[in-house]
Amino acid sequence: MTDLIVSLKEVNKTYQVGEQGLCVLNKVSLNINKGEYISIMGPSGSGKSTLLNMIGLLDRPDTGQYLLHNSSTTDKTEEYRAELRKKHIGFIFQNFHLIPRLTALENAELPLVLTGLPRKERRKIVKTIFSQLGIENRSDHLPKQLSGGQLQRVAIARALVMNPEILLADEPTGNLDQASGKEVIELLESLNKQGITLLIVTHDKAIGQRAHRQLSMIDGKISQDKDNHQINRATQ
Amino acid sequence: MNWLDSSSYSWQALARHKVRTLLLLLAVAIGVASVLILTSLGEGAKRFIEQEFNALGNQVLIILPGKKETTGGSVPIYGTSPRDLTIEDANAIAKISTVKIMAPIIAGTTLVSYQSKSREVITLGSTQAIFPVRKLTIGQGKALPKSSDNFSSPVCVLGAKIKQELFGNNVAIGEWVRFSGQRFRVIGILAERGESMGLDLREMAIIPIRSAESLFNSPSLFRILLELNQTGSEIYTEEKIRQIIAKRHDGEDDISILSQNALMSSFSNILTLVTASIGAIAAISLVVAGFLIMNVSYVSVSRRREEIGLLKAIGATAKEVRQLFLIESFMLVSLGVIAGTVFGYGVVTLASYFWPDFPLAIPWWSPIASSSVALAIGLLFSWLPASYAARQDPVLALRGY
Repeated sequence: MTDLIVSLKEVNKTYQVGEQGLCVLNKVSLNINKGEYISIMGPSGSGKSTLLNMIGLLDRPDTGQYLLHNSSTTDKTEEYRAELRKKHIGFIFQNFHLIPRLTALENAELPLVLTGLPRKERRKIVKTIFSQLGIENRSDHLPKQLSGGQLQRVAIARALVMNPEILLADEPTGNLDQASGKEVIELLESLNKQGITLLIVTHDKAIGQRAHRQLSMIDGKISQDKDNHQINRATQ
Repeated sequence: MNWLDSSSYSWQALARHKVRTLLLLLAVAIGVASVLILTSLGEGAKRFIEQEFNALGNQVLIILPGKKETTGGSVPIYGTSPRDLTIEDANAIAKISTVKIMAPIIAGTTLVSYQSKSREVITLGSTQAIFPVRKLTIGQGKALPKSSDNFSSPVCVLGAKIKQELFGNNVAIGEWVRFSGQRFRVIGILAERGESMGLDLREMAIIPIRSAESLFNSPSLFRILLELNQTGSEIYTEEKIRQIIAKRHDGEDDISILSQNALMSSFSNILTLVTASIGAIAAISLVVAGFLIMNVSYVSVSRRREEIGLLKAIGATAKEVRQLFLIESFMLVSLGVIAGTVFGYGVVTLASYFWPDFPLAIPWWSPIASSSVALAIGLLFSWLPASYAARQDPVLALRGY
């Protein structure tokens, strides 16, 4: 299968909380194909964010295998994983995580800065994405001068500048009002239509049910894996 | 991540926290400036002494009666030999081929009086040669006559201060003064000049050596000053002098010879050492600044955990995170070094403007040493916080835990 991107095999993760270990991921196995639109739902502490961080290579499984493009990531060094993260994965967070002292444009270009791309080319890429997202006239604003919806767009732009295959969104609408939340979700869905693999962690049932494939998690296990639609393989 | 981007990123972090940046910068600047200022004092002392020696003239040998055989102790300023150094000894030494000028000196204190005023004055009995050897210049009148080399004559040259005290603004040349009761005619006044080797020449009187011999009733010389013909002949001359003295003093070589160069270089070595130690003590303030940087950097890392988490989430490696924090301290310390250097030089310039007698100067090695110590300490002390930042777990850091 050429379009299999992410493959988790019996992944376990335990956090040490006090005397007892807290098992946040319990033998989770999951395959994700290119272009999928997946929502992960579940109560607090069910391990959905940990699963997302695991896929995003921010966390390492205690046991089990994580294959990205059929190559193992669990035995790689932290530096190598950072490299993979930079190339393949875009993150979007509930509270945006923009750096307050940098302008919208500077925030969005950070991943490109890390690659050492010259300033001119960086600006070109960011400008294009900003105009796609409708915030081109906000480039020189500081985060405190932007609304929630605009902040999340800047964060999405930052996730997109490296042209990643997988977009991981952890409660992307959690800090937004209804209207801008809907806009952001629609924006993410349009990106998914263009071929990006989209994973959204959410509490919001309405948002979760929009996804083609819906995962429910309870106590570190995937309790339900519902595939509503045919997987959109338009990009192939 | 290229260097330009890292530095502009770090610069923004510094610019954002102006007060923190300014205070740390000040700590480094104070450290650097205090090293510069304190070493300039040491260097100033060194130059002051060199200046004094140079005023004495180059290629000068000083012969003192008596000998210090043992090591340690200071140079014998006053002779301790039972055998005197006499004018005849001096004349014999003057015949050595490398000696250009020889000035024998008999010294003593006399009561110099003019009308109702009198002063206790250090009186030097010497020849005309003392003027070129000690680089004395005549302000008014003339120096001792050539005949005073061999004959007693009742003439004297007064220091400027003595003249002022005895005569005020009246003309002194041609007047008679009494040296312990003996009458001497004033024929010259020394030009104003500061202290030289601890003797204030403004407070002295010079009379012919034979007159001094009878005035103090002693043929014993206080010292002999020699100026040599050419550089590098000190060793030869010293050997010759010792031979002559040994011949004249029944085989005893009971004199001490000071060469100005030897004295000066040992002074200079000691003072360089002193300056370096003062500098090292001042560098303690740089270490203190280093601890400050470390503390504040730790605080800064914990306050910027989200930022660190984010950088890692978008693909920054631990190395890159550490590099960012190190560049930040490096820039901070560099700015501090620049500010401190400017401040240090400013203070020294200002001080030498208000206090021109003392040749304050920052030695060349001082800015180099202080800035490299400051940078080394800055990087050393920010290494720990930077590594702490690099070690942050991105998941926890993003949540702000």
